[in-house]
Amino acid sequence: MAKVKLDDSKIQKIKDICAAHGNKAGEAINILHEVQNTFGYLPAEVQELIAEQIHVSAAHIYGIVTFYSFFTMIPKGEHPISVCLGTACYVRGSEKILDEFKRQLGIGIGETTPDGKFSINCLRCVGACGLAPVALVGDKVYGRITTDQVKDIIAEYQN
Amino acid sequence: MTKFKTHILVCGGTGCTASLSDKIAKNLKDNLADKGLENEVQVILTGCFGFCEKGPIVKIMPDNTFYTEVKPEDAKEIIEEHIVKGRKVTRLLYTDPETKEHIADSKHMGFYKKQLRIALRNCGFIDPENIEEYIANDGYEALAKCLTEYTPEQVIDIIKKSGLRGRGGAGFPTGIKWEIASKNHADQKYIVCNADEGDPGAFMDRSILEGDPNSIIEAMAIGGYAIGATKGLVYIRAEYPLAIHRLEVAIKQAREYGLLGKNIFGSTFDFDIELRYGAGAFVCGEETALIHSMEGKRGEPTFKPPFPAQSGYLEKPTNVNNVETFANIPIIILKGADWFSSIGTEKSKGTKVFALAGQINNVGLIEIPMGTTLREIIYEIGGGIKNGRKFKAVQTGGPSGGCLTEKHLDVAIDYDSLMAAGSMMGSGGMVVMDETSCMVSIAKFYLDFTVEESCGKCTPCRIGNKRLYEILDKITQGKGTMEDLDNLRNLSKVIKDTALCGLGQTSPNPVLSTIDNFWDEYVEHVQEHKCRAGVCKALMKYVIDPNVCVGCTACARNCPVNAIKGERKSAHEINQDACIKCGTCIEKCKFGAISIK
Amino acid sequence: MEQMVNLTIDNKQVQVPQGTSLLKAAASIGIKIPTLCYYELKGQNIENRPGACRVCVVEVEGRRNLAPACATDVMEGMVVHTHSLRVVNARRTVVELMLSDHPASCLTCAKSGKCELQTLAQELGIRDITFKGEQSTYRKDLSPAIIRDVNKCIMCRRCETVCNKLQTVGALSAVNRGFMAVVATAFEQDLKKSPCVMCGQCVQACPVGALAEVDNTRQVINAICDPKKTVVVQTAPAVRVAIGEEFGLEPGSRVTGKMAAALRRIGFDYVFDTDFAADLTIMEEGTEMLGRIDRYMKGDKTVKLPIMTSCCPGWVNFFETYYPDMLDIPSTAKSPMQMFGAVAKSYWLEKLGIKREDMVVVSIMPCVAKKFECQRDEFKVDGNPDVDYSLTTRELAELIKQFNIDFNSLPDEDFDRPLGESTGAAVIFGATGGVIEAATRTAYEIFTGKTLEKVDFNELRGMEGVREATVDFNGTPIHIGIAHGLGNARKLLDKVKEGKEFFHAIEVMACPGGCVGGAGQPYHHGDFSKVEKRFAAIYEEDKEKPLRKSHENPYIKQLYSEYLGQPCGEKSHHLLHTHYFDKSDKVEFVKE
Repeated sequence: MAKVKLDDSKIQKIKDICAAHGNKAGEAINILHEVQNTFGYLPAEVQELIAEQIHVSAAHIYGIVTFYSFFTMIPKGEHPISVCLGTACYVRGSEKILDEFKRQLGIGIGETTPDGKFSINCLRCVGACGLAPVALVGDKVYGRITTDQVKDIIAEYQN
Repeated sequence: MTKFKTHILVCGGTGCTASLSDKIAKNLKDNLADKGLENEVQVILTGCFGFCEKGPIVKIMPDNTFYTEVKPEDAKEIIEEHIVKGRKVTRLLYTDPETKEHIADSKHMGFYKKQLRIALRNCGFIDPENIEEYIANDGYEALAKCLTEYTPEQVIDIIKKSGLRGRGGAGFPTGIKWEIASKNHADQKYIVCNADEGDPGAFMDRSILEGDPNSIIEAMAIGGYAIGATKGLVYIRAEYPLAIHRLEVAIKQAREYGLLGKNIFGSTFDFDIELRYGAGAFVCGEETALIHSMEGKRGEPTFKPPFPAQSGYLEKPTNVNNVETFANIPIIILKGADWFSSIGTEKSKGTKVFALAGQINNVGLIEIPMGTTLREIIYEIGGGIKNGRKFKAVQTGGPSGGCLTEKHLDVAIDYDSLMAAGSMMGSGGMVVMDETSCMVSIAKFYLDFTVEESCGKCTPCRIGNKRLYEILDKITQGKGTMEDLDNLRNLSKVIKDTALCGLGQTSPNPVLSTIDNFWDEYVEHVQEHKCRAGVCKALMKYVIDPNVCVGCTACARNCPVNAIKGERKSAHEINQDACIKCGTCIEKCKFGAISIK
Repeated sequence: MEQMVNLTIDNKQVQVPQGTSLLKAAASIGIKIPTLCYYELKGQNIENRPGACRVCVVEVEGRRNLAPACATDVMEGMVVHTHSLRVVNARRTVVELMLSDHPASCLTCAKSGKCELQTLAQELGIRDITFKGEQSTYRKDLSPAIIRDVNKCIMCRRCETVCNKLQTVGALSAVNRGFMAVVATAFEQDLKKSPCVMCGQCVQACPVGALAEVDNTRQVINAICDPKKTVVVQTAPAVRVAIGEEFGLEPGSRVTGKMAAALRRIGFDYVFDTDFAADLTIMEEGTEMLGRIDRYMKGDKTVKLPIMTSCCPGWVNFFETYYPDMLDIPSTAKSPMQMFGAVAKSYWLEKLGIKREDMVVVSIMPCVAKKFECQRDEFKVDGNPDVDYSLTTRELAELIKQFNIDFNSLPDEDFDRPLGESTGAAVIFGATGGVIEAATRTAYEIFTGKTLEKVDFNELRGMEGVREATVDFNGTPIHIGIAHGLGNARKLLDKVKEGKEFFHAIEVMACPGGCVGGAGQPYHHGDFSKVEKRFAAIYEEDKEKPLRKSHENPYIKQLYSEYLGQPCGEKSHHLLHTHYFDKSDKVEFVKE
């Protein structure tokens, strides 16, 4: 029902994804996953369009997006950093690692650096407890990190 | 597995992959090709071996050589020495921490000696992306047996007799659950595999799905046959891309082999499986929440009854079991209920997989018979506490569980004994803590998790847990009162008594168990403003002993906030207002001049 | 046969049918277990039972934890305690927790004195809040009719249920998670940027002050006290059978005379009645309806049927938002409130010989959406609205109290003439089915040229959500559809759209029960029997009226002869008819 101000190719892509899921309301989460994979995040107009396609209210979709931590309305950094705060990592000092990332980049959890390069998030257990404490940059896992290494890890992606 | 003389198994679990095990596999293959051995020796990326502490693991079959902490550049030596010349690469073998002897066969390692691998039977032994290897290891025989020899009632009977209880947390008898679902008649029923492993510090479900996905597919088909469901759904965390990939491959192959689809094994039974993805909500491990999430809604739990077995997914009878529970099913069918029930304790049969983590020497995934003691797990399998420090507590059951202490070490663990001790089995996280862990902070850590993961539907969980967290935070800030401790206890009890779902009903357990077992530590925080573990930043102060400081400036140069001042070659001082208590100065001081007060 | 279950509640034996909740089983023996999130519109198939607030927890022997009485069914042999120490402590703690995340602004809250949380806190004797801590911080949403103060949201989900299930509007949903979870609009925008139709049923359902109507009493007082202004008031039919509740009278008490007296004492210069305009509406809408039916019967394929009523502003907003392809189907007749405003600011203005800007028209409505309706641009002349302010029934009660009037001891007085005279047909506008019945009474006589002997069309009355009836117009069957509650309207409209059923005319009211169940009426707190009593009172009022057909209203006749000419004539077309807008795209977002 909205005047969705997206360019035509994006609109078509989202419509295609919804159609591939039969435009079914029950497929909302799978659709949101796929759309987020395509666009990186789920801005309001995208949610509006999905709602329209699968015949639910925009409020309903927004309710889902804000319920699941996997979905985001803010574009993540080019290199999203995720620090594991699972128990195994926590007892091996991952909080300090997180603090160091925050300090080095000057941003908080869920924020993106002004240049759009990095964003920081926490996650709970990637199942690499043997390597605790663990952080991910994109898909790459860094294990047994010390606070000293944080700077070097960031430097790897600086250019 | 007959074509090749030798197999090199490389752990392809998430932990080892993070340590470049895929590169190791590639290098091994390249080196084999260089020697012209690619048709004689096969390199396989398997699921998790469990011994994550010593990863990446490379195992050579059939001589059972177990190499640990292998690096990609070691591949050349393994091929040239072991494969070509038949000499073991001694430096890559496991060293027994006590005898200092090299051990080549994992059977003889402390980590594996006490383990009994039933659910993990194939993990680390087969290529999870090749269904033929699963079939070669008796795969799908149990399904064939069910479809051709047993009625659904007989299958349920076997599971009931085996005494298998749900491995997801609460321990409800699986056979009875199936029986209830089988008795509710409907045009469509569903069998669901709960692979939304959200317990921070537990990764057994992931390892099973990554290492042996076909066992889950087979078990779901058996369950489907038993309860009369033709559709299976796996609800899996989107954070597990490798597990998703392997499951997708396995489902595709199973369809190609006619093990999913119509008229399986020539019977009248049709069954197929679809995947549904979680999106980062711990509460979706609760079965009603999981069902709503699969329906494309907010994953909020609803009150029971109606139970999913009556009205579940799309309001149809639905049976939900967890991954590890399913992993036990095929082998129970093959070896029989009596075999399974001979393992374990009186009321908890079989084995349990634990993710052993924390301040322990051998971090990893272990599977032990029910009834094993915590002492055996921590000291024999786990190799004791890291850095020779003292054991303080072990947390089981994740955010729903509790912290057990020295006095519980000889408890033979099963569902009931853990519950009696004030904790619970949960999904199998087991985190060992030494004296560097502050128990108030640990309780706060879990509450932080619960607050973040609460769905917000019911009042006690939405607001109550937040208040619990705030009181704990106040105590770690040194601002707590004795009245706060009373309030913690009282509020915890009300939350347990009134919360809507399992998440809220168990969320105060970490608080209650730490209050019960570490009361003194709470009182110390409140009355003496002291954190004996040195964790609570507000309660400590970094100071430089002027008599020991030589003025090397190492601390001042490394301080991230420039809180340390002092002339070269004279004693330095820390500006307490600026200090962020990061601990860098202690690490950098070579003279032991800095201490925490 | 229904299976009966025996159980014990607070040491009393009780036998109830299987499937009964503990809450209802207890109620059957006079035990009132407190509730908060539970909300039922009995007979309307609407139940909000998330089991979320945990206020109704009780102790069931043999059960590990406490059971929510609303969501726990009785079982044979159950032993239940509703006020054991464990229960009382838990209940009190749960309410304390709610209060700890609720602004302590009771003194100035719109729902003060009517707030269910406040009542509960009082009943449980809470004098102190043990658990203090962070409170959620959301921005206030000030829309033309409804104020959303999300910080007061207690996540009972009652508004979400009425918005989605009863009204199928879908403006609200639970959003966010954990401590920050609240019910809100998509992207937490203001309601005016959402598909909200301002029906206000969320305001009626909200147990606390998170949802309230915009308060216009201040502006009305200023106008009354301004000697330059001539202030004209009109009151909707459903107000007279409900406002008594605000003064402790039984639901369904008819206080028309006291209400007129109170309005006069407040200082309104002319105490008129929207009912007059309702009769006028029947003249216009009835004529339009007959015109369309006549053309249809003569074979005109372009004519649009059914004709749909257009008195209800929530309903108008709803079809403008959701059925933009059907905008030519509703009657073009303005609502009675707007017709009244148009007549007052033309005919009556001229009679008084005053300037438009010196007249203020105030309406007293059982409605929240009317606040929005009177602000529509098409109902303004050079920016001056036909109706300046619309107050709810509740606001009028406040005004009466503020003006030191002892309502119950007032004498009965009449409305002023001429715009205060009305017939029984106008009164029944306040109940579902009433508008179409009123139209039928007049249309029948015009269509058949005969006198209608039996004015009561019982086939059009009732509380069922969707009703269909065929009225015999002297051999010509006229098919009529009626819906109240927008979800029911949607069902009816979809049937029409798909061509499954044919109707000559359809009446829709946005609120359950029609205006008697309006969002601006005294809060019924989920006791729908109150609405039913008001409903019955409306028909009693009709029965006692000497004239019961709109076209017999002498002042209506006078208005046409003196001023308007013919129904649907040029002058009335200009003054009394409107057109509709496609609002399906009103939800618009700013591109980053």
